[in-house]
Amino acid sequence: MSSKKQASSQLRVGDNPLVKWLLVGLTLFLTAILLVVPLIAIFQQAFVEGAAHYFNSLLEADTLHAIGLTLLVAALTVPVNLVFGVMLAWSVTRFEFPGRKLLMTLMDIPFAVSPVVAGLLYLLLYGNNGWIGAWLYEQDIQLMFAWPGIVMVTVFVTCPFVARELIPLMQQQGREDEEAAVILGASGWQLFRRVTLPNIKWALIYGVILTNARAVGEFGAVSVVSGNIRGETNTLPLHVQLQYEDYQAAAAFASASLLAFIALLTLLFKAFIEWRQERQEATL
Amino acid sequence: MSILIEHISKTFGQFQALSPLSLDIQEGEMIGLLGPSGSGKTTLLRIIAGLEGADTGRIQFGDRDVTNLHVRDRRVGFVFQNYALFRHMTVADNVAFGLDVLPRKERPSPSEIKKRVMHLLDMVQLAHLANRFPSQLSGGQKQRIALARALATQPEVLLLDEPFGALDAKVRKELRRWLRGLHEELGFTSVFVTHDQEEALELSDRVVVMSNGYIEQVDKPGDLYASPNSRFVFDFLGNANVFEGKADQGKWLNQQASLQLPKGIEQQDGQLYVRSHEFFVSDAPTEQANLPLKVVAINPIGAEVRLELSPIGWQSKDIWEIDLPHKAFDQHGYEKGQTVFVTPKAGYFFADDLAQPTPLHW
Ligand SMILES: Nc1ncnc2c1ncn2[C@@H]1O[C@H](COP(=O)(O)OP(=O)(O)OP(=O)(O)O)[C@@H](O)[C@H]1O
Ligand SMILES: [Mg+2]
Repeated sequence: MSSKKQASSQLRVGDNPLVKWLLVGLTLFLTAILLVVPLIAIFQQAFVEGAAHYFNSLLEADTLHAIGLTLLVAALTVPVNLVFGVMLAWSVTRFEFPGRKLLMTLMDIPFAVSPVVAGLLYLLLYGNNGWIGAWLYEQDIQLMFAWPGIVMVTVFVTCPFVARELIPLMQQQGREDEEAAVILGASGWQLFRRVTLPNIKWALIYGVILTNARAVGEFGAVSVVSGNIRGETNTLPLHVQLQYEDYQAAAAFASASLLAFIALLTLLFKAFIEWRQERQEATL
Repeated sequence: MSILIEHISKTFGQFQALSPLSLDIQEGEMIGLLGPSGSGKTTLLRIIAGLEGADTGRIQFGDRDVTNLHVRDRRVGFVFQNYALFRHMTVADNVAFGLDVLPRKERPSPSEIKKRVMHLLDMVQLAHLANRFPSQLSGGQKQRIALARALATQPEVLLLDEPFGALDAKVRKELRRWLRGLHEELGFTSVFVTHDQEEALELSDRVVVMSNGYIEQVDKPGDLYASPNSRFVFDFLGNANVFEGKADQGKWLNQQASLQLPKGIEQQDGQLYVRSHEFFVSDAPTEQANLPLKVVAINPIGAEVRLELSPIGWQSKDIWEIDLPHKAFDQHGYEKGQTVFVTPKAGYFFADDLAQPTPLHW
């Protein structure tokens, strides 16, 4: 049986060593020039004027402010979308209601629509001349061209990540565990904390990491609503662009290296979680 | 606790999963819900538990109307078909769950909970696995843990959905006896779902036979077997062979086959149901019957040998199956391809226009 299999596998298309190594080589080459080289280049460019210049440019007031604002945006966006994503996933996987399918489709709008368009929509609604914004302006509340606006569009852009991770998992796990818990007398909160949450823990963390990565890196939507006020409404990605346009290439790359660093951390964490999940599945 | 089910019905969209049905379950009884796939067994069980709401009707536990009571407050034990153990908790934590989530006033102390859990694990003979995770258990072990977990809160009603469905024949049998013993010891009222007739007959005090959302018959296992009240129950319970007969001059005819009517039976067309062990087998037609069949397969099954037979010169929807004791089989030595003649000793007759059968004896 096994020898027969081997014999036939030798005839399989693509098993020609030449083809195999050509394909693998090409893929590796493309990966290198498209992904790895730019990443290395960022760090290389950041340090082109020396380590001292690198750290000085990071410690510039505007840069520090941009870092702070970016962290603030992420710190507000992630919890909001964490809660929202869990609610959304719970609703569509645990309840039957009219419009459920529609909701699952609507949920993907932030993925489907260009972030710039999202930014413009928010500007239209919440800008000082906008439908809601005009009224808010009378109440002396300004959302656009200020940090709340940045948080709002970031929440919008990143809102599907958590739900997208949870829904397939929760669908696959079904509701039997939860039914068992309720029959045993668990209250809604006990059920969530002791049964649902542990079951979805890793997918949830994964969703959070993706949300965070996107929240930190979002450019398009944020650039529309931020107004680019240096030292006030500049997030790190916007700051990189400003610095670059000001011919401060090394400083721009220094800021960019922070973003790249966060991206690398994200990947590392993601790899760790995937490894955990695989191990967990292996024991199931 | 007794369970009273009155006019319970359920539809899913357009589909009528349960037609209004009623059932009265005595305290301490063990009831088997038996029926083919899709007959509504699980749906009925889930409605009793409160996991599903009924469209009409009401349910009473003892004197308490629980129709609108939330699952959480019905305090029933429920064992799921695929166990639904909490995969991230140890066996001990799984069993303790029902106690851990009790409101603080009612909750026993941690040491008391631990003691109760160990007692339950002893009862299911798995105390040595207390610190394992569900993924490290065999199917039979999971099943027993699921039972221990359901019993931890000492429910008076225990509901089980195909409790032994996924297990092999030997483990099933063991667990069946064990559940029966537990039931007698603890005295809870239980309802279990099965599509295995042997399981239903062996385990239940009364069997509820369901089909298409209806209850066909409710009876003690012996009575159910002795007097099935519909074609469906007969088919489902009985390895029965069906002879479709046209009545003519004291005989039922089907093309070239014929069978004498027993004395005192009215001449009527209909179907004759004969169980697989109620036959003589011979090499030639008898005075009473001319039913020629060809042997197509011979299967030794436990204490008997089963002959699979196909009719010669007459029509039958299914292959006939006839069970012979090994001794009778050995004496004769039937072979595949051989022609044999069978003569029924007893059976049930369903007249074409009647749902109720008439028992027959020759
Ligand atoms: N949530 C649901 N939505 C729609 N239809 C359902 C639902 N649950 C059950 N049904 C339908 O109701 C009918 C009865 O289902 P039920 O699960 O009670 O059958 P069962 O007797 O337990 O069958 P089995 O032996 O296969 O488990 C089936 O036809 C099933 O398709
Ligand atoms: Mg079922």
